[in-house]
Amino acid sequence: MIKHAWPWTSALGAVLMLTACDVTPDTSSHSETSSGDTDVVRYDANPYPSTYHPLPSQTVFITNATIFDGIGGEMAGGSILLENGRIAAIGTDLSAPEGVEIIDANGQFITPGVVDIHSHLGVYASPGVSAHSDGNEVTSPVTAEVWAEHGVWPQDPGFDSALAGGVTTLHVLPGSANLFGGRGVTLRNVPSRTVQGMKFPDAPYTLKMACGENPKRVYGGRGQAPGSRMGNVAGYRQAWQRAVEYRRSWNEYWDKAEAGEDANPPTRDFELDTLMGVLDGEILVQMHCYRADEMAQILDMSQEFGYKVTTFHHAVEAYKIPDLLAEAGTCAAVWADWGGFKMEAFDSIRENLPLLHAGGACAMIHSDDANGIQRLNQEVAKALSDGRRLGLEISDGEAVRWFTSNPAKALGIFDETGSLEVGKRADLVIWSGHPFSTYSTAQDVFIDGALVYDAEDPSRQTVRDFMIGQPGEGAN
Amino acid sequence: MKHLLASSLALALSVSGLASAQTTVFTQGRVVTNTDQGVLDNASVVVRDGVIVEVGTNVTIPADATVIDAQGGWITPGLFHPYTQLGLIEVGLENSTHDDVADEADFTAAIDVADGFNPASNHIASTRLEGITRIAVAPSTGPAIIGGRGALANTSGTPDSLFASRRFMYVDVSSSGAGTAGGSRVAAWTFLRAAIEDSRFYPGRFMAHHEGDAIDRYDAAALVLAARGEIALLLRVNRASDIRRALTFKRDYPAIRLILIGAAEAWMVADELAAAHIPVIMDPLDNLPSSFDALATRLDGAAILHTAGVQLAYTNSDAYFNPRLLPQNAGNAVAHGASWNDAFRAITLTPAEIYGVGDQYGALVPGYVGDVVIWDGDPLEVMSAPTHVMIDGALQVMDSRQTRLAARYSQIRPNSDYAYQHEAAHAARAESNAN
Repeated sequence: MIKHAWPWTSALGAVLMLTACDVTPDTSSHSETSSGDTDVVRYDANPYPSTYHPLPSQTVFITNATIFDGIGGEMAGGSILLENGRIAAIGTDLSAPEGVEIIDANGQFITPGVVDIHSHLGVYASPGVSAHSDGNEVTSPVTAEVWAEHGVWPQDPGFDSALAGGVTTLHVLPGSANLFGGRGVTLRNVPSRTVQGMKFPDAPYTLKMACGENPKRVYGGRGQAPGSRMGNVAGYRQAWQRAVEYRRSWNEYWDKAEAGEDANPPTRDFELDTLMGVLDGEILVQMHCYRADEMAQILDMSQEFGYKVTTFHHAVEAYKIPDLLAEAGTCAAVWADWGGFKMEAFDSIRENLPLLHAGGACAMIHSDDANGIQRLNQEVAKALSDGRRLGLEISDGEAVRWFTSNPAKALGIFDETGSLEVGKRADLVIWSGHPFSTYSTAQDVFIDGALVYDAEDPSRQTVRDFMIGQPGEGAN
Repeated sequence: MKHLLASSLALALSVSGLASAQTTVFTQGRVVTNTDQGVLDNASVVVRDGVIVEVGTNVTIPADATVIDAQGGWITPGLFHPYTQLGLIEVGLENSTHDDVADEADFTAAIDVADGFNPASNHIASTRLEGITRIAVAPSTGPAIIGGRGALANTSGTPDSLFASRRFMYVDVSSSGAGTAGGSRVAAWTFLRAAIEDSRFYPGRFMAHHEGDAIDRYDAAALVLAARGEIALLLRVNRASDIRRALTFKRDYPAIRLILIGAAEAWMVADELAAAHIPVIMDPLDNLPSSFDALATRLDGAAILHTAGVQLAYTNSDAYFNPRLLPQNAGNAVAHGASWNDAFRAITLTPAEIYGVGDQYGALVPGYVGDVVIWDGDPLEVMSAPTHVMIDGALQVMDSRQTRLAARYSQIRPNSDYAYQHEAAHAARAESNAN
């Protein structure tokens, strides 16, 4: 049996003192680091660790650009210095250090790299054949023990297309067939032979949950629970209660074992490990939920069991409850204009995102789609213009948050990416024009300061293995 | 109750009053004519009794005309979506709201979407608000690869909005059609040829009995119109090899007016399609190798087809809720190499021409139907939107269930019940739209 520091206490911590979108590590919480007692049973919570290493980069000075910093600011005639994979300087009065590569971005725009909080790339890879269906463990409504990263195929050509759309970080989730779908994984959008090579170092784990029609349809259709929204909530509550008891038994065991008393460790349960991580505040809940009234029920349930819902995904009716979301510190990740495909999506309106923003809730765009992920800047542009037509005053710079810093915050990685600030990872996009124009495309994409995509240079464009030798090789 | 009556009456009056409007003049706009005249700055469009009567920079404005100042915005023909299922589907996952497909039906070619089309669909209203004034309405395939007959409609939502029924026959021989046909595209093509043969010998073959080799008498009576070229045959294909097979099919049956839809790999066959004068309807944003039929799709596929001279119209991926996003797809075609004029025509005049109504819709030309849209900016920019939409000469109320939900929840008040907040706001909107 592996004896190891209980995992949830890594440096990332990622706990939930949420104000709007902020997910800040809380190092004071639940410190179980090594007691020095090697006889105490603990499991490694990170047995599939990230092996990501930034691609080689040079010092690059980009100048003459309009820069959106991702935290509300817009700077004309801006420059930015990328050094050692990090942002070394940003401003309007910088000059290039001697001998560095200079990119004159005259007339172009820079934003932080696009962050998509809801993707199924890799778990529903292209081509969409049955063998590539790895995103839903549709065998039981509670499968908190499965991990999306074990289903991600790093050769999904969709990663290449997303990169050409400026996506530098994405969060891959299990699907929504189950009440508890399993753990999500946050990835750097880089080519890699392994999933571990894409994993965002120290990003918190997440738990996918789902409200509403999908679980009750999938299981109810088999004459199995849940067959109704009542059954959904009963299913969540039963699982949470088991997690509360599991956590209690581990804590009792650790207390005794650390005090040198005789104690037997509880039997390990991978499903409850994940739920315990949520109760400890170290795994972030990302929950698929459409209807306003259901989101309100879920918020009550989170209080009942003492955890936090970090983000509601899809949330087409979130505009009806921005006050409840703001009060709970729960974010909403939404589409600009999708809806209609089921009853719980029927009240979709185009102003959902801007109304949430105006209502003080933490809001962001998401794709949930291998095509949509390629144009999240346009999706934000649509939502912004619709909000303005409704009379909401929102600046371009504020709206850039919706595809950069807000999803980064809701993933617990904002201290590393999601904005252009000195010291952060140099993840950014140079756009051919204003990112809210249909005609603009990503010209250059940098991840950790490395140029990973150049629209003008086919040798700087990734081609996943599957596309080698195919008629569409190398074309986006 | 009094309020309810008053506002309903106001709405009814405004709509019917507009429908019979005599002359409307749109002024001070950037007019996209879709003709050799090109784009005219600071120009006007005059619509009288539902028909465009004058377009130019120096038009005569009748004294009794309703004048709408475009304020420097764009004035364009209404958009024409070449492939939707609007009015056939209300909620995707609720079968009771579907009339696009009948998996257990006994009929194929005889099916006519006009029998199921609901002009009052919520989604038609939201489509109209985005400047799409004309739509093709297509069936899905049910028990066979021949789905039935599609129609053309306007998006006014009025009972007579379907203006051309039985306009085209929809057939799927892509990989999805192969599944329908019994498991392979070989079976799909065999079925199609047999069905065409059945119909070509209609009614003779059916004198003794009503069964043909592939289809029955009633279906053959419908399919024969496509076989003779009296209506178009809209054929779904994606893989380049299937498109080449479609070219062969066209050579075998030259009378058939073939239109290809899907066409993911059409750019690989661009010159042949242009030479054969076969129109294509494709989604310029369909760039992923989503199936083994579409391994070669690319974002500049549309540009390649335009350059080759293919008659090309655009569609998008959601047929019943988001056909309204069509201009975004056109704008992205421009971002990836298509000319603005080609891309704009691909969502206006070209679809009208493909369906044989290009002499009435899709351009701002005297004599054309009065479908006019005023935009607050370039219609292919995602941040632009229509400010006015005219269909058949009637200004439309710029309202939908969605805009009313947005209005209801635009102010969140803690102790509000919301549900009473509908009539007053609605009446005010209807009135302001009418003015």
